[in-house]
Amino acid sequence: MQIFRAHVLCCAGTGCTSSKSLQIIDEFEKHIKDNHIDDEVKVIKTGCFGLCAEGPIVVIYPEGTMYVRVAPEDVKEIVEEHLVKGRTVSRLLAGHHDAEAISQSLDDVDFFSRQKRIALRNCGVINPESIDEYIARDGYVALAKVLTEMTPQQAIDVVTASGLRGRGGAGFPAGRKWQFAANSKGDIKYVCCNADEGDPGAFMDRSILEGDPHSVIEAMTIAGYAIGANHGFIYIRAEYPIAVQRLNIAIKQAKEYGLIGDRIFDTDFSFSLEIRLGAGAFVCGEETALMTSIEGKRGEPRVRPPFPAVKGLFGKPTILNNVETYANIPVIFTHGPEWFNTIGTEKSKGTKVFAVGGKIMNTGLVEIPMGTTLREIVYDIGGGIPNGKKFKAAQTGGPSGGCIPAEHLDTPIDYDSLARIGSMMGSGGLIVMDEDNCMVDIAKFFLEFTVDESCGKCPPCRIGTKRMLEILEKITNGKGEDGDIEKLEELAKSISKSALCGLGQTAPNPVLSTLRYFRHEYEAHIYDKKCPAGVCKAMLQYKINPDKCIGCSLCSRKCPVEAISGERKKPYVIDQSMCTKCGVCMETCKFAAIYKG
Amino acid sequence: MKSIQELEQIRNRMRDQMAKRENSDGYRIVVGMATCGIAAGARPVMRTLIDELKLRNKADVPVTMTGCIGVCRLEPIVEVFSADGQKTTYVKMDENKAKRVVAEHIVNGNVCTDLTIGAAENQTK
Repeated sequence: MQIFRAHVLCCAGTGCTSSKSLQIIDEFEKHIKDNHIDDEVKVIKTGCFGLCAEGPIVVIYPEGTMYVRVAPEDVKEIVEEHLVKGRTVSRLLAGHHDAEAISQSLDDVDFFSRQKRIALRNCGVINPESIDEYIARDGYVALAKVLTEMTPQQAIDVVTASGLRGRGGAGFPAGRKWQFAANSKGDIKYVCCNADEGDPGAFMDRSILEGDPHSVIEAMTIAGYAIGANHGFIYIRAEYPIAVQRLNIAIKQAKEYGLIGDRIFDTDFSFSLEIRLGAGAFVCGEETALMTSIEGKRGEPRVRPPFPAVKGLFGKPTILNNVETYANIPVIFTHGPEWFNTIGTEKSKGTKVFAVGGKIMNTGLVEIPMGTTLREIVYDIGGGIPNGKKFKAAQTGGPSGGCIPAEHLDTPIDYDSLARIGSMMGSGGLIVMDEDNCMVDIAKFFLEFTVDESCGKCPPCRIGTKRMLEILEKITNGKGEDGDIEKLEELAKSISKSALCGLGQTAPNPVLSTLRYFRHEYEAHIYDKKCPAGVCKAMLQYKINPDKCIGCSLCSRKCPVEAISGERKKPYVIDQSMCTKCGVCMETCKFAAIYKG
Repeated sequence: MKSIQELEQIRNRMRDQMAKRENSDGYRIVVGMATCGIAAGARPVMRTLIDELKLRNKADVPVTMTGCIGVCRLEPIVEVFSADGQKTTYVKMDENKAKRVVAEHIVNGNVCTDLTIGAAENQTK
């Protein structure tokens, strides 16, 4: 076998692929061949590094040099300079725009050095299409250990002792879920994986499946042994074509190696896996709807109990865990539950992956120990808010979650503390908002999403959320009345209590949490007919400050509806009856003479 | 897969390959690969170092390249860094000398004094 002196790892996750990383890989292979170093340097397609804002990312080992925002044209230079002559191409290093802080190795970048990568341990390190590389990183050792040394009950005990809680949202202890399913009587049981990641902005499950698919396969096989199931389903949305493709490759490789299939490791245990594609309905991330969809029916939730652990897929006892939950399982077995227990807080063990987006410098994926504060995520890892704006709130938990305002920036993030301040962990989307975001508008955005995605089976969700949205639309259109806030609260409470499934029960959360922390913004909309952040168009006017306007006529030439008129060298005026509030004038004015009010 | 031994075989075989991506806390070898180094024959030296390291189960020792350090007349230059940060500079290397450095220095921890820059400078005096 050939040993290469250098490995070029190029991200082939969805984010970097859409900025031409596959073309970059081709270029690397071409130039490496042209320079006759193809027997020394190996190019590897890998999964997401997490720093998607700076993609496409290329990391060259053994130095661990990280190049960011690489374009296909840059490849020739990297090959000739770095790989042939050993000189780093400093203009492409991470942090190069910041002369003081050029970081050579990815371990030196704050974004990475502050993280603790357990679920993402192999993402950006191995080639996800190579089972051998997974095995080299202790892959399938946990499965071997469980099958040959442990009874199913012992395996469940390990998961219970680790304190691992479900990473999909609600945070139910994984060990207890497994125990319930194991206790249920039945000759046929199922193991399911929820890869129907639906929260707007969350993409950690996709990245794990794209970067480390075998970890999920290994964990599901362990789960099958633990509860006595011989068949598993991975329910993944069809919008994740790269993840689906890599999963298919991984399942095929695992079958060839006999790591799934009949009599694994020469034991009596057999396990098979199938992929089911979802069409992307948000409700299919709800466990009962997901299973109904796997059965081939319309994806609608049903009443619980009976819980899936008793009566799940095809009426048989079933466990359903999320991708990230599974990704933690193999390491818990190889490192031991005690090790896992030392990470995190008292009731939330381990780490959590967040997809950080919105008004933040380093958008991307970060994995942090539970108990890290929001401030550390936003400022230390995330690099703070761009353009010197002020932090206003962070939204976690997607359409089921809530907003965390600036006063709670120092709250340690875990399941319970987030619930206490009216938000939730959710699957891990984290959207940062600055002073330019209107909280009523944000609540409206999430409610629009749930109204769209409501399956329509139960009236509280189908009708109730629609009524709430209508009130919000009224408020943002400047037609809010006294009593609207109270109506919103009343509706929210009765929907939470009476909706059939998690989607409906949590749908009012964005409204409730913004009301809790930003009630004054609602009041400003209703009573003063003002949007403090200047977002709601119906309530704002673009105006020209006559003291600042020098009459250059630029805005009137740019205005698409010719609403600005005036005489040259004298202050111009905007005709409010014609203005469409597109904001072009404000952007073009060089003298900051146009303002929103 | 019938046994854990099979799994371990794959793991051991692949570990050598993957070692390049781990942080090694032992030796680190740096080869001068600027135009001067390459012209003087640094590439076969580096190739030999890599092959020899693999042969002796030391594939986790990273071999990296660097630019010209200014003593072009003594190229090819190979520097060995030990875990405690100590640097040994070998000069006028060739393939046979590279094999010696791996065997004596990396495997057994004995510096090949006669190949170092100090020895070369003494000879010319």
